[in-house]
Amino acid sequence: MDVMPKWAEVILVPLISLLLAAVLSALVILAIGENPWDALKLMVDGALGSTYGWGYTLYYATNFIFTGLAVAIAFHARMFNIGGEGQAVLGGLGVALVCLYIPFPHWSLALITASVGAALFGAAWAFIPAILQAKRGSHIVITTIMFNFIAAALLNYLLVGALKPAGSMEPATGKFPETTHLPSFQDMFSFGEATLFRGAPANISFFVAIAACIALWALIWRTRLGYEIRAYGHSESAAKYAGISPTKIIVVSLLISGGLAGMMAINNVQGEAERLVLNAVEGAGFIGIAVALMGRSHPLGVFLAAILFGFLYQGGAELALWTSIPRELIVVIQALVILFTGALDNMVRMPLERFFLSRRKPPKPDAKSTPAVGTN
Amino acid sequence: MDLLTLLQLLDSTLRLATPLLLACLAGLFSERAGIFDIGLEGKMLAAAFLSAAIAAVTGSVWLGLLAGIFASLLLSAIHGLASITFRGNQLISGVAINFLAAGLTVVIAQSWFAEGGRTPQLAGAARFNPITLPGAEALRDVPVLGPIYYELISGHTIIVYLALLIVPITAWVLFSTRFGLRLRAVGENPAAVDTAGISVVGMRFAAVAICGVLCGIAGAYLATALQAGFTKDMSAGRGYIALAALIFAKWRPVYCLWACLLFGFLQAIALRSDLIERVLQFNIQSQLLDALPYILTVVILAGFVGKAIPPRAGGEPYVKER
Repeated sequence: MDVMPKWAEVILVPLISLLLAAVLSALVILAIGENPWDALKLMVDGALGSTYGWGYTLYYATNFIFTGLAVAIAFHARMFNIGGEGQAVLGGLGVALVCLYIPFPHWSLALITASVGAALFGAAWAFIPAILQAKRGSHIVITTIMFNFIAAALLNYLLVGALKPAGSMEPATGKFPETTHLPSFQDMFSFGEATLFRGAPANISFFVAIAACIALWALIWRTRLGYEIRAYGHSESAAKYAGISPTKIIVVSLLISGGLAGMMAINNVQGEAERLVLNAVEGAGFIGIAVALMGRSHPLGVFLAAILFGFLYQGGAELALWTSIPRELIVVIQALVILFTGALDNMVRMPLERFFLSRRKPPKPDAKSTPAVGTN
Repeated sequence: MDLLTLLQLLDSTLRLATPLLLACLAGLFSERAGIFDIGLEGKMLAAAFLSAAIAAVTGSVWLGLLAGIFASLLLSAIHGLASITFRGNQLISGVAINFLAAGLTVVIAQSWFAEGGRTPQLAGAARFNPITLPGAEALRDVPVLGPIYYELISGHTIIVYLALLIVPITAWVLFSTRFGLRLRAVGENPAAVDTAGISVVGMRFAAVAICGVLCGIAGAYLATALQAGFTKDMSAGRGYIALAALIFAKWRPVYCLWACLLFGFLQAIALRSDLIERVLQFNIQSQLLDALPYILTVVILAGFVGKAIPPRAGGEPYVKER
């Protein structure tokens, strides 16, 4: 039986965790001699006060939606995919190969093919840890961490070697052809005189990310596969007894996870940079963990948490620009969110459960007689 | 390659292996007691910062070392609180600790020193300086043994010798003392330990605290011996390599030493690409050398080269039956 009502579970617990993280962050800002209230105002103004700010916020959010969904689907199978970073790196490689070597007549075809390429490369990078977990019992967390480093080394190797255009000194691929340019928000939402989202990197892949949220929701709660994944996540032994193959669930859920993490590359590689550079992922794979934890692994929650982190990222950049608070403050906030919504979840939950238990009415006397079958 | 070059290579192997070894043994204590710790990286980083900061302010490297251990212990306490007291997910707690350290060190460094997230350069008594062992100068000209003693064995900081000393101590504590028996039992079968009337929570907190101390020394070594001050993200994935070494060593102390020396050697030759080219007649990409520890660990984890079996209760919070 659930101890807490559903609204408390879904809204109250994450909200209190978030509040704790916010209070501690404010204390950090106070401790380094700045005013937390002014900092917050500056962040809101910089991230949400103009279409330019929104353009950046939504651009970051798009990255985090993809990596957050990636972590979330793995959580449903009770797998912790910490390798979103490496999978996103490989996704970037997939996008770069597609964009550089296939001539496209129109951006829409480029977007579809690049998405497939990104997802395939990301999924392939998750496949080896997945199969090792399923068949050999190698811990997925350790193998995916190792694969993050291997991915970074691989990309470094390719960008100083095979993929670097002749004569260039910079470790990066050449610029993608003009036909692969994705419409940015500026292209899409500027009418006549009014130019909105000027110069901001948000682009059409934001809508691909929303579509991915909806598709993942349907997959998890409206398909047989989704049911099997959730069943496996709840109880491995029960799922086995019901004829669900653990190998299949582990591999499939991690392939989907890796594919989603890889798809982030259509936003940051094809949409923004329009070429593949070193360190293009910028830790978004790890932020996916915070986003999935805060969003309780639900696509809607992931979407909202990703917007929040997009706001934090853009706001943090503004803070670094106008105050002496370095950008790393955002890493601290991110850590606190992971700590409170993930690791210290029980600290928030236990007192709440006690509170709701104490408010519950005692059961009626005749309610006790029903489950008495088979006891003596 | 002549003897002197080889000795220089092995010398830097030893220097680079030391932080790995300390962090690896730190992880050994924690994981043997059933607490997974992927926060080694963060603890080292925090210790590196605070040790460099205090050493810079006070001019004393020993106070810096203490401060580093304190910083690492603080993060250990958070990890213990989350994973032992509140029975949270140990892996997620480790991830949070890594980010907390990565962010806070730069934020605080910027606030204290305003040098772009680094501490001032350390010099003199604010650093651990190389120790010349007795007789090293005198024996220097003895053929073969002289250079080995002078170049390889002598001339390291005290932390290097300390780390090497901790290996047999760890083996002794874990396998020959009552404390060690209980610690290993807590990682294999906590219910049995509980039945014997020993506090599972207490044992696990003790293990996590030892882990914190060792990570603290490792971090202080990075900032005050290997380098002269703290720079952003200076642990550079060493905590993860230590974790890899721990698996490579199959959670055994003496094997940890060999694994860390191997990974230290890989780091040492990655710094000397000119040597590789001269010896092998062709160039190995440095990226391959960077990735090699991780690839080796995955191969070991896959169980193709001897199975690595972790402590059985690792990662599981202990819930006492009521």
